Amino acid sequence: MSSFASEVRAIAARYPDSQSAVLPALHLAQEQYGWLPPEAFAEVADALELSPAYCRSVASFYDMYHLRPVGRHLVEVCTNICCGLVGAQGVLSAFESELGVRAGETTPDGEVTLRAAECLGGCGWPTIVAVDHRYRQSVRAEDVEAIVAELRGG
Amino acid sequence: MAELLQLVLAGADERDLTKLASYREVGGYVQLARARGLTAQAILDELNASNLRGRGGAFFATGRKAGFIPKDSPQPVYLAVNADESEPGTFKDREIMARVPHRLIEGCLILAHAISSKSVFIYIRGEYLVEFEILRAALDEAREADLLEGVTIVLHRGAGAYICGEETALLESLEGKRGMPRSKPPFPAISGLYAAPTLINNVETIATVPPILELGGAEFARIGTPDSTGTRVFCLSGNVVRGGNYELPMGITIRELIDLGGGVADGRELKAVIPGGSSFPILTADQIDTPLSHDALAEVGTFLGSGVVIAIDDRCCMVQLALRVAQFYMHESCGKCTPCREGTRWMVQILEAVEAGRASQGELDLLLSVCDRILGKCLCPLGDAAAMPVASYVDKFRDEFQAHVDQGGCPLAGESSLEDLFAPVDQHSHDPVARVPA
Ligand SMILES: Cc1cc2nc3c(=O)[nH]c(=O)nc-3n(C[C@H](O)[C@H](O)[C@H](O)COP(=O)(O)O)c2cc1C
Repeated sequence: MSSFASEVRAIAARYPDSQSAVLPALHLAQEQYGWLPPEAFAEVADALELSPAYCRSVASFYDMYHLRPVGRHLVEVCTNICCGLVGAQGVLSAFESELGVRAGETTPDGEVTLRAAECLGGCGWPTIVAVDHRYRQSVRAEDVEAIVAELRGG
Repeated sequence: MAELLQLVLAGADERDLTKLASYREVGGYVQLARARGLTAQAILDELNASNLRGRGGAFFATGRKAGFIPKDSPQPVYLAVNADESEPGTFKDREIMARVPHRLIEGCLILAHAISSKSVFIYIRGEYLVEFEILRAALDEAREADLLEGVTIVLHRGAGAYICGEETALLESLEGKRGMPRSKPPFPAISGLYAAPTLINNVETIATVPPILELGGAEFARIGTPDSTGTRVFCLSGNVVRGGNYELPMGITIRELIDLGGGVADGRELKAVIPGGSSFPILTADQIDTPLSHDALAEVGTFLGSGVVIAIDDRCCMVQLALRVAQFYMHESCGKCTPCREGTRWMVQILEAVEAGRASQGELDLLLSVCDRILGKCLCPLGDAAAMPVASYVDKFRDEFQAHVDQGGCPLAGESSLEDLFAPVDQHSHDPVARVPA
């Protein structure tokens, strides 16, 4: 058994029904591939005795699974109302001009994917920007240059 | 000025309560030990005496709901913890998990004892990676200290879908499916996770259980108002000086909460307040002396929801607000029920036309008619959560909507605080075809 399959089965053993391990298995596969290519669905399906089509149908329901390749870094800017009331638009457009891509796109060198996101749950400290899923709080447009430099450097 | 009263977040300002040792120093896990010496019924009695009501949004009596779990179920009984927090304006559960993870775990173990469950699942929002790590470390410590006593607690990460906060969608997702709500009845207490009896509670609700046992239910019930007992971790955001979480007795007024947050920012004037979260009807600035309690808010036609107050100043265009709120629900509609799936899309299209000045008079009425055709007509209230607030904006700010139609455009002419706010509707869609790589 591949190490991926054994890891997935260990996760599945925590649940009364192994199908519950689909989401964790997809998270794990995405960590390995960076996104969810067809091979990932095949591997998850194999480990859990489900069909790849089923696994894909589940993945396509959720925002966090990437059905297309994404950059090495993921920058998500909250553009729901609480952040919007205090300037999330300016933060998003600062990222767009600093990175030279529109929201939803990846830089040509494959380094950074920029996304707008629905409420990230940090409304008291707008604007919330999640960089590789770690939140930066109270981000202003003028902070964006430094964040991008950090990503480019690291 | 109103004063903080910390029960759920107690001690977290003074020390790092993420560590078991420091949580024990403030009396941590003492109530668990006590509870394990009590009968299940004795714990339910305390919860009933406290009049604790759910902090997830529906405000259902916690003791009563736990009491619905069958006493001698031949099947296993599950406790599912709703840590999916995604209601716009809500960020309290994140702080609770990050700062007092052991209080949540202690509450889980007490509730598990009260319903004779050996199996707890914490469904945590996928984006909350840091909180997941903190909770996992706390859980490891609790396990190593033999606090679990045969109960298993599984941390389960979601993957980005607001609907999974709805309790039956959460169960579907936990079973490894697309997160689409189930029809009720049967209610989860009878047939929930894997068709077995399941109690589902919000993070804050559960983290309130240890302080209730410590104070005693009756004493807890003296805090707050008779209908809304205890404290709430209120989430203050929007155009205020200091947004953030403020734990206070229920029944303080919206004005007091805003004042605690330093008042309206930038010397602007308050225009409106969204209580509860983006799913709930709006209030105008002259209604902010309303107490933050269930009954007082019901009297003015709105809800306490997940304990939210979003302050909105005079720069905001209410049509743009309605549009952005409708876009969120359109994006998050799971697509199972036609009124919600199609209705939220219609709402967005009409609101786009109103904002652009393309809408006719009849379309304002059509918007309200669409809202009416969603309300109460779906399996879950997600569609209502779009229809109710938008209808309230039209109702309370009718002149502003009308001005868009009459003037053929936005009266704020590009100066609105929400101008050009981008909604991520096209990047993620529940339509798999749009996401299949070319
Ligand atoms: C669309 C929708 C989203 C919801 N999101 C959440 C959520 O993120 N967290 C939560 O605790 N409850 C949420 N709820 C409420 C749950 O369905 C349920 O009432 C709650 O988890 C019960 O816990 P409580 O009684 O402790 O409040 C949501 C409900 C709906 C209809």
